[in-house]
Amino acid sequence: MTNQTSKQWAIETQDLDIFYGDFRAVKNVTLKIEPKKITSIIGPSGCGKSTVLRSFNRMNDFIPGAHVKGEVLFQGQNIYDPRIDPVQVRQRIGMVFQKPNPFPKSIYENIAWGAKINGYKESLNDLVEECLVKSALWDEVKDQLQKPALSLSGGQQQRLCIARALAVKPEIILMDEPCSALDPIATLKIEDLMRELSNQYTIIIVTHNMQQAGRASDFTAYFTMDTDRAGSMIEYGVTSQVFTNPTNKSTEDYISGRFG
Amino acid sequence: MQKSISISNGSPESLGIEHKRIFRNNKRWSENIIKMLLTLAGIVSIFTTIGIVYELGKESLLFFNLPGVTLRDFLTGTTWQPTIGKFGVLPLVTSTMITSLVAMFVAIPLGLGAAIFLSEYAADKTRKVLKPLLEILAGIPTVVYGYFALTFMTPILRGIFGQDNVEIYNMLSAGLVMGIMILPLISSMSEDALHAVPRSLRDAALGLGATKFETSIQIVFPAALSGIISAIILGISRAVGETMIVAIAAGSGPNFTFNPFKAAETMTGYIARISGGDLGYDTPDYNSIFAIGLLLFIVTLVLNMVSRAISRKYREVYE
Amino acid sequence: MKNPVNLFSSISYSKDLHLENRQKKASIWKALFRLSTLVGVIVLAILILSIVNQAFGLVAFEDINDRNEFISTSIIDVPKTELIQLIENNLNKNRVRTLDTEKPLLDRSKSDLIRIVESEVFKQRIVDSYPLFQSIFTPNEFKSTVAEKYPDAIMEFKSWFTPQFLTESMSKTPELAGVRTALLGSLLLIVITIVVAFPLGVSSAIYLEEYSRQNTWLSRVIQTNIDNLAGVPSIIYGILGLTIFVRAFEPLTSGRFFGYEGANGRTILAAGLTMALLILPILITNAQEAIRAVPNSLRQASYGLGATQWQTIWHHVLPYALPGILTGTILAISRALGETAPLIIVGAATYISKDPSGLFSNFTALPIQIYNWTTRPQQEFRNIAAVAILVLMIMLLSMNAVAILWRNKIQNKR
Repeated sequence: MTNQTSKQWAIETQDLDIFYGDFRAVKNVTLKIEPKKITSIIGPSGCGKSTVLRSFNRMNDFIPGAHVKGEVLFQGQNIYDPRIDPVQVRQRIGMVFQKPNPFPKSIYENIAWGAKINGYKESLNDLVEECLVKSALWDEVKDQLQKPALSLSGGQQQRLCIARALAVKPEIILMDEPCSALDPIATLKIEDLMRELSNQYTIIIVTHNMQQAGRASDFTAYFTMDTDRAGSMIEYGVTSQVFTNPTNKSTEDYISGRFG
Repeated sequence: MQKSISISNGSPESLGIEHKRIFRNNKRWSENIIKMLLTLAGIVSIFTTIGIVYELGKESLLFFNLPGVTLRDFLTGTTWQPTIGKFGVLPLVTSTMITSLVAMFVAIPLGLGAAIFLSEYAADKTRKVLKPLLEILAGIPTVVYGYFALTFMTPILRGIFGQDNVEIYNMLSAGLVMGIMILPLISSMSEDALHAVPRSLRDAALGLGATKFETSIQIVFPAALSGIISAIILGISRAVGETMIVAIAAGSGPNFTFNPFKAAETMTGYIARISGGDLGYDTPDYNSIFAIGLLLFIVTLVLNMVSRAISRKYREVYE
Repeated sequence: MKNPVNLFSSISYSKDLHLENRQKKASIWKALFRLSTLVGVIVLAILILSIVNQAFGLVAFEDINDRNEFISTSIIDVPKTELIQLIENNLNKNRVRTLDTEKPLLDRSKSDLIRIVESEVFKQRIVDSYPLFQSIFTPNEFKSTVAEKYPDAIMEFKSWFTPQFLTESMSKTPELAGVRTALLGSLLLIVITIVVAFPLGVSSAIYLEEYSRQNTWLSRVIQTNIDNLAGVPSIIYGILGLTIFVRAFEPLTSGRFFGYEGANGRTILAAGLTMALLILPILITNAQEAIRAVPNSLRQASYGLGATQWQTIWHHVLPYALPGILTGTILAISRALGETAPLIIVGAATYISKDPSGLFSNFTALPIQIYNWTTRPQQEFRNIAAVAILVLMIMLLSMNAVAILWRNKIQNKR
């Protein structure tokens, strides 16, 4: 991969360390994310998967004391450059969270809000429809756009949150265990949706669910916790290879369910 | 637990079984007496309410039974001059409204601004310093605020707007200082409401590329709205019932005016002045304080009940 | 903010141009939010300074009796024996006897004697006073006014906050007045309030938290009622106290029932009972919170050992909740200490120089004294009102500080 320097990666990190105060939570992450593919981040609890994901759109900024050392490059530019406005970063790199968190507003407003604050000039109705169609929710809610979003089921709410993220027109969507609060059927729907979306968007997903990573992602990064309690990436590659022929013993143990 | 014991104590004779008592009878006199005493203590507070309603009601009836006093004149009259038998409560009501209105003009924007700053912006360290300072403001006795209004605020207002325009005792000064007094109430209750909004909603908005301001105002604030409204209503009730600031700084003597630069006595100020004076019991002036007290009690009670009903609603959503 | 460089080239719509304005708006509002928080703090500072401002400053003295008729040299050079003579010759016998029984004249220090001679023989009086900050920054203004109006006056920087202020009782002359009567009144008042309200409040809280968990109609009524009472204006409590304790229970509160020669029901007992009712809802709510914070596992452990409900409460729940309850009580008491309106209604005396001697005596209290002095037109009364406020605030702050430190200490221990 080193000779592909001219290639435009979706996200590229070089020796990234992430700290909470003095505590180094994640260390030495060197990772190149393939554009318009699904990359999953797996690993045991507490190994810093979510921390790494949240560092990709600077959501860690809101945690007091959190800071990074090293670079996170988006289209070749460091998003931690002091001249960069983090708000702009989050417009370009959207996020879907662990628990569905729709705003206590109508379905329509949930999707339109992000576009509105970003100064979207075209028809909001079209945008709402487009995003709901893309997130495979349109057929279920098209007659009840004014209903409160909280009246939807958990799985619908999570797809609404994906639609909401799409409305801001990001290039990358970060998903932090998006299915952990959902039942298996809703989970499958989300996975289908991810596959569909990966034609247009780069998707990075943190998951606890081995099968999910195995069946839904193109690339897999395996993180584990080191003896100094800092998480680090010890394996990264094409999913099928990581799952069938891991280079590292720890990866093999984790994947085959021996710990974690 | 009590049920299971009573089953084992169930009359053995009726079942025709020789029953050896394993458990003691479920009668612990000392426990019951203690429970009774504690219940009685709880009931004291009910008697307080009954006392308030009964006394205000009884004395008000005496007042309205006086010759020449009618409920209609009381509620609609614009002159309050007991010496000539004019008992129209409106001058006292309007000045109460004006001082409260001025207070809310100060307390709502500042209180909400402070709440948003403390809940959404301030770092932990800053909050730990600022919050106790605002709490001190809430703990200052109202008579001290009254002193502050009269000796500090009034001279400043007279300096700004002119000695001829602003009277020595005026509603504006009392209202402004009252606003400062109510500020910590609104800010701390609203901050609690904002704080109760789940973190995940903020994350969602920020993740969409919203600024912190947009997140606070368009997402967090509306989600906390019922708690905030309940805080504001409680603030209004506090302003209406506040006595010392208006008694010291707003002036004595009813005055039917809407000009905040003028002196005018509020309902509470009137009650304080009449009862603090040397008027004998059972004069019309003296009896009138109960009628005004009843009106004040009803207004504040309704405001408090509405405030609590609204705040209960927001607790149901997030707890 | 620093000029953000647009590092992203492929733009789907014009969001980046827009962003700069949004960020500008956001930072303006942030500044406004911060300002409104600071306004509270700034006003607090101004309030304290404005009171300090009145408590110190330049004053102008004038003798009512010309001192040259009594002494020929400066008073500092007058020997002690002569000072005593001046007092004995010029004051009436009763006053001399009072002074002598307080502390024999011969044993008194010279400065003490000078103070008595100046205030009681020469009748030195303050004719004008000036607040602290103006005294520091524009003293000449004051000097010229005084020179014009009172040519004989002596000017001096005076702290109105003196030890005598705490030990002297009420006087019609501001510089001789003190708050002893009011201070004792306030202290006795809060003692009565605690004695009545604490057991009632804690018992109610135990009932509501421990015995009425099953949510009976009675407990719901009591709880709603307490919530409502907490919002009733204090002046209404004053009216309640007036009708019930002062008038209806007059034989009891005036002490006549107990064979005491009480004049009327406007006694410190009636006021204390009124205050107790006033703080009861606050006290109950605070105590409830403390009891609710006791972990349920503690109760279950006790029940598991076969303890009765009361044994569980007495041996486990209350000791655990006690620090919280006491902190809450202190906060409730500090409310009672500063309350003024109910005392006015119940009938605290505004001019009284006799210390409260028992439950059935007439009384005054610190806030009443502050109110009374504030409403007088003379500047000197505002000066002593400011000092009385300082005394009150120091008492309140130290009570609250104790409560907060205590709470933190307990929390750290657990």
